Amino acid sequence: MTDVTTNPASETPASRKKTSLLTVDALTRKRNAAETRFKAYGVVAISIGVFFLAALLWAILSNGMSAFQQTVVSLNITIDVARLEAAEKSIVKTSKYNAIIDEALIAKMKDAGVETEMSGKDLRKMLSSGAAATIRDDVLANWDAIKARDGQVMQYDVLASSRVDGYLKGRVTREALARDKNLDAAHLDIVDQLVAKGTMVKSFNWDFILGTDASDNRPEQAGIGASMLGSFYMMLVVLFLALPIGVAASIYLEEFAPKNRFTDLIEVNISNLAAVPSIVFGILGLAVFIQFMHLPQSAPIVGGLVLTLMTLPTIIISTRASLKAVPPSIRDAALGIGASKMQATFHHVLPLAMPGILTGTIIGLAQALGETAPLLLIGMVGFIASNYPDGLADGFFSPNSAMPAQIYEWAKRADPAFYERAWGGIIVLLVFLLTMNILAILLRRRFERRW
Amino acid sequence: MSLGYILLALLVLSVIGYVLGRSKAVSSAGGDGRRLHSLPGYYGWNVVLATLAPSLLVLVVWLFVQPAYINTQVASLISQETVAKSSLDLVLSDVLRVADGLDVAVESGALSQEKAQALSAGSVDVRALLGDLGVALASEVTDEILHAAQAYRDINASGEFYRAILVLAVAIAGFALAIARTHKDFRARNVVEQAIKWILIAAASIAILTTLGIILSLIFNTVEFFKIYPASEFFFGTVWSPSFGGGSELGILPLIWATLYISFIALAVAVPIGLFAAIYLSEYATPAVRAIAKPLLEVLAGIPTIVYGLFALLTVGPLLVDVLGNDGLLGVGWMQGASSVFTAGFVMGIMLIPFVSSLSDDIINAVPQAMRDGSLGLGATHSETVKQVILPAALPGIVGAILLAASRAIGETMIVVLGAGAAARLSVNPFEAMTTVTAKIVSQLTGDADFASPEALVAFALGMTLFVITLGLNIIALYIVRKYREQYD
Repeated sequence: MTDVTTNPASETPASRKKTSLLTVDALTRKRNAAETRFKAYGVVAISIGVFFLAALLWAILSNGMSAFQQTVVSLNITIDVARLEAAEKSIVKTSKYNAIIDEALIAKMKDAGVETEMSGKDLRKMLSSGAAATIRDDVLANWDAIKARDGQVMQYDVLASSRVDGYLKGRVTREALARDKNLDAAHLDIVDQLVAKGTMVKSFNWDFILGTDASDNRPEQAGIGASMLGSFYMMLVVLFLALPIGVAASIYLEEFAPKNRFTDLIEVNISNLAAVPSIVFGILGLAVFIQFMHLPQSAPIVGGLVLTLMTLPTIIISTRASLKAVPPSIRDAALGIGASKMQATFHHVLPLAMPGILTGTIIGLAQALGETAPLLLIGMVGFIASNYPDGLADGFFSPNSAMPAQIYEWAKRADPAFYERAWGGIIVLLVFLLTMNILAILLRRRFERRW
Repeated sequence: MSLGYILLALLVLSVIGYVLGRSKAVSSAGGDGRRLHSLPGYYGWNVVLATLAPSLLVLVVWLFVQPAYINTQVASLISQETVAKSSLDLVLSDVLRVADGLDVAVESGALSQEKAQALSAGSVDVRALLGDLGVALASEVTDEILHAAQAYRDINASGEFYRAILVLAVAIAGFALAIARTHKDFRARNVVEQAIKWILIAAASIAILTTLGIILSLIFNTVEFFKIYPASEFFFGTVWSPSFGGGSELGILPLIWATLYISFIALAVAVPIGLFAAIYLSEYATPAVRAIAKPLLEVLAGIPTIVYGLFALLTVGPLLVDVLGNDGLLGVGWMQGASSVFTAGFVMGIMLIPFVSSLSDDIINAVPQAMRDGSLGLGATHSETVKQVILPAALPGIVGAILLAASRAIGETMIVVLGAGAAARLSVNPFEAMTTVTAKIVSQLTGDADFASPEALVAFALGMTLFVITLGLNIIALYIVRKYREQYD
């Protein structure tokens, strides 16, 4: 490249004569350097973006993977039916079970050869405060089987407390325990010995994936299963409302709508709704569905309706794009052999556009699945989703949480043990999103047609 | 008759209608399909649509109106003193719970239907009775609430009864009319297609209804708010300190300030990175690099905002404190806590990178190749072409993209709820915790405040402000982008 015209004043014809075309002069060097620099900015920008992505994923995985493991202690409990019956008759039922656990713990210390002067009550601090209730629930559920095994020894795997769990996962250090009134360094010595003996182990935490949320002081029991069901019911609502409505609206706008004020109004509305902050949809849901229509608060049906309204623009936009991609010759051919406009659309254009529509719908659903803000306003937070819905109607109408709302709830709680749950919840959520997006990509690859 | 049975009845009716309509049409043509005006199926569909469309419409309207109607009826039964003691909402929810409890009691057989309606609080301990059935009530049931609950059940039952009657009557009327009209000369296809077209139009109008719903719900509650709190103090007040006991100061300025501040930081992170990434991807990258880098960046856009919120709260915030905090690496002591304007803004910037880059990418790609070729042909280097030809040509579109990103940043909720802090402040220090409009909407509406109090209603005024700002930005941005696209199309 030359720069004959760029700066004629500074370079006289005489000076130019001496240089060859092949020697690079100062200005060209400068320009080439600027070129390289500019290109480097681009590379740096992309690297920063990819670095952020890597950092985000690393943060998620390194903090969240431990939620899928949980420390359990196996206890040998001697079944004494008379005692269990007495426990059921007393007022504070779990306290009697606690006494049973205390004895089992002391026996266990003896078996394991751990020297300790702690009482059973002190030892029990190593276990989840829900341990007694867990054993009781199991006993009540299998009462007949338990009765038949009077006097025998049964093995129960009981959750360790979140602090013991955190210690084994490296989250809780001995120094941090100095300020903790729930657990002493002496407990940790016992924990170390039990781990060495192999009676306190970390096992895969199915309860985290399938279980329900637990109260504020039992992070070791909290699971995301119930809110997963909540999300599932919401997605059902979104799928069965947003897909038909979105497709119908797109067909009208793309195939039938005359060019007039009304059509313009709809188009402007759709493109604006696509950019309205999601929290505003939450306000809409609160005012219309809960204040005005008195639908139940925190119910998946309300969440589903709000997310439907929020997803509609996404689905409409992608559906219109795939309808537009069907070439006019298809319509013309159908019309030419006597089909009506409606027949041409529904029998020919729509089936051909279907893969694109489904892809758009899946992406819209994935977006809705991760949305949190509107769910906070309709009350899907601040309570503990500790029950599975029983039955279909209950699933839609009784209060539940949703995965992102549950993650937010955990992130807000005071005990840092819940943070691990929140990160773990994010992994579960991202696995769902990843699956849906891969499905969309495969669908597009498999069925996409270039005309 | 419950909703499920009504829907089932409608379904059965429409299936019968399809078969009947079709066979009547065919028999009226003497079994010869060629003498029919339309294909036989259209006569069937005609009956189905005539049965379903009006009855479902009635059902939906009824479902919207009945709860509101019942509520006003029941509310009129409750005396002023009871309302004054707590609030209407709380009393009504008590009434609902008692009514639900009575439903459970009747279902489980603990009470007969008549007994449940004749119950009086003086004679039976309703709370204990329902408690045994697993319906926990917070307070003792007074006679008034019990009567209101019984009235609620009465109205509800009769409402359901009339609903079933009306819906089925409309369905049968439509059914009968359509069957009566079925004849070989009846233009069934035209009628069916017209009806389908109206259904399509109705679906498209939902977008308008949604916008209308948003605007109405915001306006009504905002007006309510301004009735009890002066608008000038809301818009020009510099102090935000809600107290649920009353006497709150609800000035929006600190919130607006923090919102804009955070959005500014987010854009300062996202725009240079996003723009340079877009330029590189569209002008320099080989197809192989593009095929990897572009989807990788777009993954950032697919990650839910709650994840970014947690990232800000638990990773970026503590990291910044480690560097800039009191005992930090730099020893400057700028940051006191993990939540700050900078934390939230920075993370939000990461979230916006793909948004800026993919929009700019589209826009840069839309610049005609002829302009590039012309510039390169005149001897400009590639970067000179980008700087002096492509970017000026794409500038309106890029401005539009940045405005869209700004509107996204202003409306973002989860990152600021988790990462920015909870205290409203007017300060220029980016390492201080501040709070935004969206974060306060969440905190005012998720508390236990009564919906009629200014502390809860202010959320709607905040929402209105947010809606107006983002709508304005969107309209300008979409206008610019559209104008720009037309220029080169």
